Amino acid sequence: MAHDHHHDHDHEHGSELSDMQLRTRALETILIEKGYIDPAAIDELIETYEKKIGPRNGAQVVAKSWVDPQFRKWLFEDGTAAIGSLGFGGRSGNHLVALENTPSVHNMVVCTLCSCYPWAVLGLPPLWYKSAPYRSRTVADPRGVLADFGIALPKDTEIRVWDSTAELRYLVVPMRPAGTEGWSEEKLAELVTRDSMIGTGVAKSPKELT
Amino acid sequence: MNGGQDLGGMHGFGPVEPEPNEPVFHAEWEKRAFALTLAMARPGGWNIDMGRFARENRPAGEYLAMSYYQVWFAALESMMKERDLVAEDEIAAGHSLHTPKKVERVLSPADVLKVLHRGGPTERETNTKPAFKPGDRVRAKTINPPTHTRLPRYVRGRIGEIERVIGCHVFPDTNSLGAGENPQWLYTVRFDGRELWGPQGDPTATVSVDAWEPYLVPA
Amino acid sequence: MSDHHDHHHDHDHSELSETQLRVRALETVLTEKGYVDPAALDLLIETYETKVGPRNGARVVARAWADADYRARLLKDATPAIAELGYAGRQGEHIVALENTAAQHNMVVCTLCSCYPWPVLGLPPVWYKSAPYRSRAVSDPRGVLKDFGVTLPNDTKIRVWDSTAEIRYLVIPMRPKGTEGWSEDKLAALVTRDSMIGTGLAKQP
Repeated sequence: MAHDHHHDHDHEHGSELSDMQLRTRALETILIEKGYIDPAAIDELIETYEKKIGPRNGAQVVAKSWVDPQFRKWLFEDGTAAIGSLGFGGRSGNHLVALENTPSVHNMVVCTLCSCYPWAVLGLPPLWYKSAPYRSRTVADPRGVLADFGIALPKDTEIRVWDSTAELRYLVVPMRPAGTEGWSEEKLAELVTRDSMIGTGVAKSPKELT
Repeated sequence: MNGGQDLGGMHGFGPVEPEPNEPVFHAEWEKRAFALTLAMARPGGWNIDMGRFARENRPAGEYLAMSYYQVWFAALESMMKERDLVAEDEIAAGHSLHTPKKVERVLSPADVLKVLHRGGPTERETNTKPAFKPGDRVRAKTINPPTHTRLPRYVRGRIGEIERVIGCHVFPDTNSLGAGENPQWLYTVRFDGRELWGPQGDPTATVSVDAWEPYLVPA
Repeated sequence: MSDHHDHHHDHDHSELSETQLRVRALETVLTEKGYVDPAALDLLIETYETKVGPRNGARVVARAWADADYRARLLKDATPAIAELGYAGRQGEHIVALENTAAQHNMVVCTLCSCYPWPVLGLPPVWYKSAPYRSRAVSDPRGVLKDFGVTLPNDTKIRVWDSTAEIRYLVIPMRPKGTEGWSEDKLAALVTRDSMIGTGLAKQP
């Protein structure tokens, strides 16, 4: 199993980093000079995905599904419409499917072929989601991958892995932690981690909030 | 294509290593590469399937050695060069040297959120009927196109069950080649862990893929 | 992608001298520990650089062309037939001879690594051990033959042999026309290494 799993990060240092900086800067210059792109739009795109669209969206969806049984039903029947009603949708979120975690079924989402991810509700994917270890192992050894995340499920829990090979984007709805009766949606949303909505984590317990 | 991107089931990559408090972008250039790619899609005139093919279309060793956004950037360069939007000498010089091509729909900042919000839905109208229904047993075909497909190798030839009829969606195998959207019925197909991986497979695990009808035959 | 390509070469240059240093260091350590005898190492290298090579296989093929009884023995059980000429041993303990005919052309590959019949062909060339050949020979043999400038008739079947176990394969190319009565030495000169792998044909007179 020889590998250098730091190779990816090391490769980004020193001369290669400045090499990529120069190349992207050069290309951007050319595209602006040719009038193909508006630099202000580039800045807006970056700002949108750095600050505006992120896992807080999905957490809101999950929290609502925990307190509102009608919304929950709608969410699992028509994810796109239910999530759309909260104002989330569009790019990489035109076709959303919500997956219900239960005590007997745990769902995990992967894109073995590239990095398909529900941007509209989770923002851009983390590096590990897009990298070879996750993409190669999740479909073959989901329990092993969960172990890398410190998660051990009961032996008889069914694990469903969803490989996002088409334009459907999957949002895992983690189970609601105990001890949260009567909590507001806002407070519940704080328990919903990004990883719990991919299926490589579970929602935080109330203790973990303090 | 049977390239480096078709990673399901490959060995040797080690553990998954999440980075605590990972930033959205790891370097300034990554932000630019990301945004340039999104902004050039309309002027460039390529669709998302062409973009995916351009990313994976390189020797496996190169694909696996490149970082995520290096792959994006390389694909952006090659797609633009293919369409004579930029030339190699311009990239080397870092300036536009030749007359720009006339392009449409340059993305303005005012349109960014609107365009993102519209996204790129792939469902299309049809008057055909799906060949399969939930519960049907199907076999994923043994196909090995050298061009873009979304049927991973680890399911080819394997028997699964139709879980859901999703709808009629743009077919990437043709759309990526500029041969038309050619929408096909799309299904969620579920496979047993043992069917995919043999006796080593986890008996408690199943894997599903979203597969278009041309990928499937009755089992 | 020229920058990336250059980078790759630069990477290779510094890595090459790094590799040289490491190999030298390891050889020194192993010699100092008495695990290896440097004279044996030199002999191993000399053997495969100068003594064991495709000229061996060419003699086997030439004899098969000239001597029908030998040909029959070779096709029936190649290992002892090849040993009659003095060639045997490592990576040739179980050899099978594959007869090329107008109806069938044979090609040999090792998709999983680089298995090759050393006693008759020596060490394999880089292309045989590299990804393009290993990946394409089994799925597109005619495309690979084209890379070698070989075009076979449409109705010639191609049989590809993936050397996944310890059996090693030697292709016996078809004897070129116009060589009737030639001596074995003269015939052997027509037998190329590639023709014994199946990526080439024997030379014309």
